[in-house]
Amino acid sequence: MYRFIKWSTQGMAYAVFMAGIGYFSVFPAYEYLEPSRAVIKMAFSHAGERKEECRRLTPEEIQKLAPNMRRPTQCGRERLPVIVELYLDGDLLYAGAAPPSGIWGDGTSTVYERFVLAPGSYVLTARLRDSYRTDSFDFEHTKRVELHERQNFVVSFRPELGGFSFD
Amino acid sequence: MGSLKRSLRFFFQRLEYSFDSFFSPALNPFANLGALGWFFYWIVAVSGIYLYIFFDTGITQAYDSLEHITNVQWYAGGVMRSLHRYASDALVVVVLLHLIREFSLDRMRGKRWFAWFTGIPLLWFIYACGISGYWMVWDVLAQYIAIATTEWLDTLPFFGESIAVNFLNNEHLTGRFFTLMVFIHIALPLIMLFLMWLHIQRLDNARINPPRALAAGTLISMVIMSLIFPAVSQAPADLDIVPSVIGFDWFYLAIYPLLDVVPGAQLWLALGVVTLVLIIMPWLPPLRDQVAAVVNLDNCNGCRRCVDDCPYGAITMGSRTDGALFDGQAVVNAGNCVACGICVGSCPTATPFRRTSELVSGIELPEYPVAGLREMIVELAARMKGIDRVLVFSCINSGSVSQAPEQGVGVVDIPCTGMLPPSFLDFVLSRDLADGVFINGCREGSCYNRLGTTWMRQRIDNQRDPYLRRRVPREQIHVCELGNGRNKRRAAELAAFKAVLRERTTSTTGKQKGRQLHSGMNR
Repeated sequence: MYRFIKWSTQGMAYAVFMAGIGYFSVFPAYEYLEPSRAVIKMAFSHAGERKEECRRLTPEEIQKLAPNMRRPTQCGRERLPVIVELYLDGDLLYAGAAPPSGIWGDGTSTVYERFVLAPGSYVLTARLRDSYRTDSFDFEHTKRVELHERQNFVVSFRPELGGFSFD
Repeated sequence: MGSLKRSLRFFFQRLEYSFDSFFSPALNPFANLGALGWFFYWIVAVSGIYLYIFFDTGITQAYDSLEHITNVQWYAGGVMRSLHRYASDALVVVVLLHLIREFSLDRMRGKRWFAWFTGIPLLWFIYACGISGYWMVWDVLAQYIAIATTEWLDTLPFFGESIAVNFLNNEHLTGRFFTLMVFIHIALPLIMLFLMWLHIQRLDNARINPPRALAAGTLISMVIMSLIFPAVSQAPADLDIVPSVIGFDWFYLAIYPLLDVVPGAQLWLALGVVTLVLIIMPWLPPLRDQVAAVVNLDNCNGCRRCVDDCPYGAITMGSRTDGALFDGQAVVNAGNCVACGICVGSCPTATPFRRTSELVSGIELPEYPVAGLREMIVELAARMKGIDRVLVFSCINSGSVSQAPEQGVGVVDIPCTGMLPPSFLDFVLSRDLADGVFINGCREGSCYNRLGTTWMRQRIDNQRDPYLRRRVPREQIHVCELGNGRNKRRAAELAAFKAVLRERTTSTTGKQKGRQLHSGMNR
């Protein structure tokens, strides 16, 4: 009888342990996003223009350089931050300046922003400046978009394709 | 810190006592947490190798191949997949319990820092292995993990380019990513295995296999669980749709929801600080320096018993330095020696019967010399009164027994019951220095010095050299393995033992009187 109780209790201990493992490996569920919401994600990497414009070297300056290091121009390494703005139905949703990466500030600037919104129809405008320009932006794109529940709407930037792309 | 340790110790003791009653101390899962960790690791490794045979890398192939394994091959692949998941989760549970328990028992300070120090980084590897594994399934949970992890990694200043942009939408995702994940998911467990090996390097006789009955019970229950509630994938990942409500493995991902409220960089910082604090825990506060054991070559014949019994690998055999014609000599590594005295208990020369002018054993603890131990016993015996005199050898880490020679209780404190040479029991009883010996030590499987309780038991039971001589009446020896706390129960055991001794003394005296009367009549 004692052995039966001992074995049953052991069995129960194993069962409780495994039930706990099984349960917490799936439950309770985690809500990452309300099912009735949508997401706009603006994400891209882009290098701003160089902070110092390239300067053409004089023949004397070129002559002073080691033969294997001779080049016609000299450029600063540091780049400008990339200025980005995002508007939703004319209202500013995001404005920021992404600094260049790298110790010397000569890498790309990265923008990664996530906005949770109610589904619906919106006029979306994205602007980007990567130069010394001060009066306006170098790139701008406006489009009416339809956001559905749980949709992941991506705003990216591809200069090789003409600028912003709304997917 | 001390009160936290005491509270945790109390909690674990209560739990373990109740488990002792139906598992037995040897099979108690809490006394085998480290070994169970190894066991779960091997289950994960074997099931992982099986799954890898059928796993296909690719954006859609990964999910499809796992669906095939789970549904079509449910009797083998499905069970293997479930074992892979549940053993991984169980690994987290036992490792965290192992860490908290060792902390509560204060078994990581002083010269015992190494196992703790190498164990903490293992936690990072366990989590990295589990998280990368979930990633490979490429269902909505994997999608969430991919996005949350890469966004979190992007908050570190090391990466020039954003990693998270690779998971913006389906267009950005490439199949090469799965190849990378497979590589990570194989490389990390291999590094982890190396760290596990390193973790036990300063422990001799490290238990890396749980007792068979415990292993069988665990495996059988896990297989049953795998059949009743198999691990399955969630809906396939689609980067154009945001995961909403996700089935969540809380063992591995409990920290992720914090990213909704705490900036990623701050969470990294917090984890870094916690890791650092855990790593330096053995020195918070530093333990008083333990004076290492010393070898006395005049009495050491290189028998190796101390080498075999030292739980910390602190003793090795070296070449003879005194020119004596023995094979070798014991050499103590003071950096590893925690002064538990188990080596003294194993030394055949540590016998109080020796009739030399000075009693010195082959290996000694300078703070607990064998001669001093004999002297203390003799002195206590002279003060003890009654027909139920008990000499208590009490481990300093296992609660206390009150010194009361006038009531027939003399207490000798020793660092570990494993330090007690069996010949001392013979000495006490054969010289009638006491009517009984009460050995107060740690619980089996929970010995503060890992193996002291086990070795002491085996020596008394004639299973381990040096053996207790057969002439020593075992009923006059009581081993109390209650560990820390439980002083009332200990006092009750002592009282019961004294009652047995009283009865024995009375009946022996009666028999002797009877024998004397019988022989007188014959005359």
